[in-house]
Amino acid sequence: MEAFTKHTGRAVPLRRSNVDTDQIIPAHWLKKVTRDGFEDGLFEAWRKDPEFVLNKPERQGASVLVAGPDFGTGSSREHAVWALQNFGFKTVISSRFADIFRGNSLKNGLLTVVIDQTVVDRLWELTEADPTAEITVDLEDRQVRAEGVTADFDLDENARWRLLNGLDDISITLRNEPDIAAYEASRPAFKPRTLQA
Amino acid sequence: MGRTLAQKVWDDHVVRHAEGEPDLLFIDLHLLHEVTSPQAFDGLRKAGRPVRRTDLTIATEDHNTPTLDIDKPIADPVSRTQLETLRKNCAEFGVRLHPLGDVEQGVVHVVGPQLGLTQPGTTVVCGDSHTSTHGAFGALAFGIGTSQVEHVLATQTLPMGAFKTMAVTVNGELPEGVTAKDLILAIIAKIGTGGGQGYVIEYRGEAIEKLSMESRMTICNMSIEAGARAGMIAPDETTFNYIQGRAHAPEGADWDAAVAYWKTLKTDDDAVFDKEVVIEGAELAPFVTWGTNPGQGAPLSSAVPDPASYEDASEKLAAEKALEYMGLTAGQKLRDIKVDTVFVGSCTNGRIEDLRNAAAVIDGRQVADGVRMLVVPGSVRVALQAVEEGLDKVFTAAGAEWRHAGCSMCLGMNPDQLAPGERSASTSNRNFEGRQGKGGRTHLVSPQVAAATAVTGHLASPADLTDVTELAGV
Ligand code: SF4
Repeated sequence: MEAFTKHTGRAVPLRRSNVDTDQIIPAHWLKKVTRDGFEDGLFEAWRKDPEFVLNKPERQGASVLVAGPDFGTGSSREHAVWALQNFGFKTVISSRFADIFRGNSLKNGLLTVVIDQTVVDRLWELTEADPTAEITVDLEDRQVRAEGVTADFDLDENARWRLLNGLDDISITLRNEPDIAAYEASRPAFKPRTLQA
Repeated sequence: MGRTLAQKVWDDHVVRHAEGEPDLLFIDLHLLHEVTSPQAFDGLRKAGRPVRRTDLTIATEDHNTPTLDIDKPIADPVSRTQLETLRKNCAEFGVRLHPLGDVEQGVVHVVGPQLGLTQPGTTVVCGDSHTSTHGAFGALAFGIGTSQVEHVLATQTLPMGAFKTMAVTVNGELPEGVTAKDLILAIIAKIGTGGGQGYVIEYRGEAIEKLSMESRMTICNMSIEAGARAGMIAPDETTFNYIQGRAHAPEGADWDAAVAYWKTLKTDDDAVFDKEVVIEGAELAPFVTWGTNPGQGAPLSSAVPDPASYEDASEKLAAEKALEYMGLTAGQKLRDIKVDTVFVGSCTNGRIEDLRNAAAVIDGRQVADGVRMLVVPGSVRVALQAVEEGLDKVFTAAGAEWRHAGCSMCLGMNPDQLAPGERSASTSNRNFEGRQGKGGRTHLVSPQVAAATAVTGHLASPADLTDVTELAGV
């Protein structure tokens, strides 16, 4: 997975609370057999409305989603995270995330930043007034910065370490490759194999 | 202090143990099918990782495969894409695949044991909750999610959190006409669908020791319906005899070494289980479900329970909702429930012994008017064996449909589905709302009860059939 140290980009202010994963990526998209190509399904129902914030020309290329409270509730589908990433979001800022969604996002390298609603409000006002305004999310300093805004955020040390180093579960396990190789070398000969030697 | 069977197998697979972290376990056998593997392979491709141990990995097509006209292109685009993707992925990553039409194709949990790949003391995983089936051999077998599938493909290991142990002891003998399916349904009704949460269940006791491997697989298969992480039965002579001579069974000196190890795989006398449940085998009777979860079951001779009789408020509500969905009324006799469809098959009851049992009941009889009966072998090998024994003829002569191997109506991902409001007696493992088709109503039963039900048109056991023939003779 891609490492996350610091990201600066334009934002999409999403003034909605309780956005569930079915709104992020509707169920019929789950039939796909890849991890990419979900960008067109992101907020599919809302995107039918040309006035929806994501459809506005000035939001194209934005990479920071500033969302309302309780983002990512509902079904545990990991596809919600993939859809956000496929669309181009690097980070989502909200005052509260659903637990499973947050876990999935950090596993996949999408930084979910939990910050006070007053800060979210200021970021909304700022980016609504000026769509070119940029927001910086700095994981090294654990800080969100924008014009007139400097706010610290928390993230548990293990999740932060993994993001900073771009380590997914598999790469962490593969750091113990010598242990795996040693175990393999000691397996009895009678253990079954699917391929004939 | 002694160790349980589950602890022994676990201990033998720890690659890495560190305080405060889940143990990293080595996986001996990784089974794949088309539904839960595509994104895992895609993840490998994106990260540029190979499959670490193709020699411990095997794939089959089962969930989406049709059971009719298997030589024709698959009509449903989603099913077709999933199968094509599996074929492409297996070719690209060098994974052995048994596709539709292959002689080793079938439901993944039927295929592993029948090839002799499922062996005592192994760790087995699959992106499928009924992986617990393989525990019948004394293997530690877990169902896993897609991201874990990717993890095992890449590393042949899995970080696993600690488990608790539960002993379910079945004393005595099962009465004539009572099967493994009746037993496991009774166990789930007793401990509840959440009763096994966090536990690895070990089934033990005289009644379990007497069971065939097929029956043991039926029991372990449904451990997950009690919420358990896995189910296990200690290996014994029955197990060894089943494995010996199969395609992937050890041979020669390896066989002797394997059996010597397998014999150590029992719970020590002084081991302590976190929880113990005792069941008297002699008290059991044919058991069926009336509700929408596998714990909502009762003896066939009883009646639909009254939700008001439940003390627990959430159970009461669940019963009310289940009766509404199932279109049943409290107090109605279970034997009076009429069905439209009978399904014999699935990884729970789609093995040769199950087909023999169903065939023995229906032999010389007829499926009732207006009832359709589907017989779907769990694998092509099971189908071939059944044909050799003439079982297919017994079923078709009775008016049942003899189909090609696969998961079929167990979950209705292929065209074999219930129509809204239709009612089935099914030998599968889940009676969830809509599981066998939108609005479909499922009663879980044993193969024997399924066959007797097909003959009478209402839930029935073979013991009921003598009356029918007598009546017919009047
Ligand atoms: S037969 Fe049913 S339970 Fe078994 S693997 Fe197939 S769908 Fe799952």
